[in-house]
Amino acid sequence: MATLLRPDPTFYPSPRLAGDAPAETLAYMVTFDPTAQSPDALLTVDVDPSSPSYRQVVNKLDMPNLGDELHHFGWNACSSALCPYAPHPHIERRYLLVPGLRSSRIYVIDTKPDPRRPQIVKTIEPEEIAKRTGYSRPHTLHCGPDGVYVSALGAPDGGGPGGIFILDHDNFTVKGRFELDRGPQFLAYDFWWHLGYDVALTSEWGTPKMIEDGVNGELLLAGEYGHHLHVWDLPRRRHKQALDLGAEQQMVLELRPAHDPTRAYGFVGVVTSLKDLSGSVWLWYLEGSRWAVKKVIEIPAEPADPSLLPPVLQPFKAVAPLITDINLSLDDRWLYVSAWGTGEIKRYDVSDPFSPRETGSVRLGGIVKRTGWNGSGQLNGGPQMVEVSRDGRRVYLSNSLYGSWDAQFYPEGVESWLVKLDADESGGLSVDPEFFIRTEQRAHQIHLEGGDASSDSYCYP
Amino acid sequence: MSWGEAWPWLALIGLGAYHGVNPGMGWLFAVGRGLQESSRRAVLGSLVPIAVGHEMSIVLILLAIGLTQQLVPPHTVRLVAALALVAVGLWTLARPRAHPRGFGMRVGALGLVAWSFLMSSAHGAGLMLAPVLLGLPVGDHFSNPSQLGLTAALAATVHVAAMVTVMGVLSVVVYEKLGLGFLRRGWLNLDLAWTTVLLLSGAITLFSA
Repeated sequence: MATLLRPDPTFYPSPRLAGDAPAETLAYMVTFDPTAQSPDALLTVDVDPSSPSYRQVVNKLDMPNLGDELHHFGWNACSSALCPYAPHPHIERRYLLVPGLRSSRIYVIDTKPDPRRPQIVKTIEPEEIAKRTGYSRPHTLHCGPDGVYVSALGAPDGGGPGGIFILDHDNFTVKGRFELDRGPQFLAYDFWWHLGYDVALTSEWGTPKMIEDGVNGELLLAGEYGHHLHVWDLPRRRHKQALDLGAEQQMVLELRPAHDPTRAYGFVGVVTSLKDLSGSVWLWYLEGSRWAVKKVIEIPAEPADPSLLPPVLQPFKAVAPLITDINLSLDDRWLYVSAWGTGEIKRYDVSDPFSPRETGSVRLGGIVKRTGWNGSGQLNGGPQMVEVSRDGRRVYLSNSLYGSWDAQFYPEGVESWLVKLDADESGGLSVDPEFFIRTEQRAHQIHLEGGDASSDSYCYP
Repeated sequence: MSWGEAWPWLALIGLGAYHGVNPGMGWLFAVGRGLQESSRRAVLGSLVPIAVGHEMSIVLILLAIGLTQQLVPPHTVRLVAALALVAVGLWTLARPRAHPRGFGMRVGALGLVAWSFLMSSAHGAGLMLAPVLLGLPVGDHFSNPSQLGLTAALAATVHVAAMVTVMGVLSVVVYEKLGLGFLRRGWLNLDLAWTTVLLLSGAITLFSA
């Protein structure tokens, strides 16, 4: 429980101030072995252009177990520590909390004293999580004003409901479930909040049983994967409102609320529509005292020769864009949307959140197109996890989704890569022709030293 | 008014200013609420419930001390107050980041009273005044409970007035001029100082006969 004399220098009261933060010099990325033969790892990548080891993986920290399936992760503390109702500004942003989505373990990894060579200092076992919360398969993790919040896909037996549990931000003990009254919510996936409105949002994928063996065609065609958003009273821990996007909208995943706490809107990506395999991004917003939701971006499926498609898509004679991740820059101006199926990342100007304007696009990989990097040979996988630097200039992309789903959409096996894109101020998006890293294992989420566009939340505009 | 009569009041004012400076005791909350609504009125309006909660926390301690003084010998009161101070001091040392649960940016006025009350009580803000309170002539008026109540309320009000004055100036300056950026360097860790004052108060209470 380290404590500082002054606030941690990576904490910023507002997203505006955080935008002026120095450029990151290190990135952390998790990788996993879909065959569970080798231990999953946390990679340290040197992203400092002035360093001799720039663009190299400078450390690989192996997990002590097999088959964790490392996926998303987050920090023990971030800018929300400055929130006035539960201030603790002298805590350090120091530990990465890294859940295994299959094993339900959470590794606590210390990035000090050597940020390049982090070390595991504690493991939260699945039994402790199950005993204290009834949950399993931890997914998203956000450092909140009064503790670390973690979403979980379901119960230890693979059923539901999924939900959120809370960890103590000093000693990482599992404190318990978030929900006092969950209302109609059953499916879980992502969560985030509007701290200025005391509101949390959760999205829906499926229970562990519905996803762990791959996407289930029967469930999908019956519209049984998640298609709701849920709005919660954050301090009172109660369900307030369910927003139904319609049963044809299958798998409502990544939530990106406006970073400015006075703005009551945000974006959520929907993987696919049963009607035409399009992917979409929806805007939720406060209308009077009720929350509403509206489709603001639709990316159509691309017709394709069935012989080029994996069995799961052959009947449709088209490749679905599969919107699997989105990210919003700290100034709430730019939205990045990953289309993992067609192999494209799009950049939108969302100054007017109701009418996004596409300003840039980069193609990489894709089920059919296999676009190479910088004119080189073919790539597979597609833009998936996307992370944006605090100043909004650099965008990092990796290409794996989830082991069993990778196998359905890229049956030959995803060969992983990490690339960096440059985002210019006028809206353009281009591949950095110098930055391309192959990883041995499947690459998933990336977080940047000191914070990024999905690591922190703020209580002041 | 002699020095002997004046020092408890000066100490009450000094500790009020000390409580007022600490961002965690309320002025930052007032600024945050003001920024959320783009309103200086919201800043100043938030200070009222924060002051009420703090005052309640202190009056409670004052009354407890005043009433106990009438029932048990003074040295026992001192002993109990000293032990309570040391206990709270050690607790803040062990868990400097414990927070009251269930609050958020949108707490109403009553919620803000409750938050301030819990924050003040949990940090021993009222207890910190124990040595001062024991120096006040509350015990001399055991035959007159209303006088006791009046002195307690007056003492708490003097303390809170000093606190709110400091909070008001700070929050308006930060809201209007300074902005919150300075917090990144300027928010010094007072946890240890806070603990020290609590332990020191404990010692003074114990040894000042």
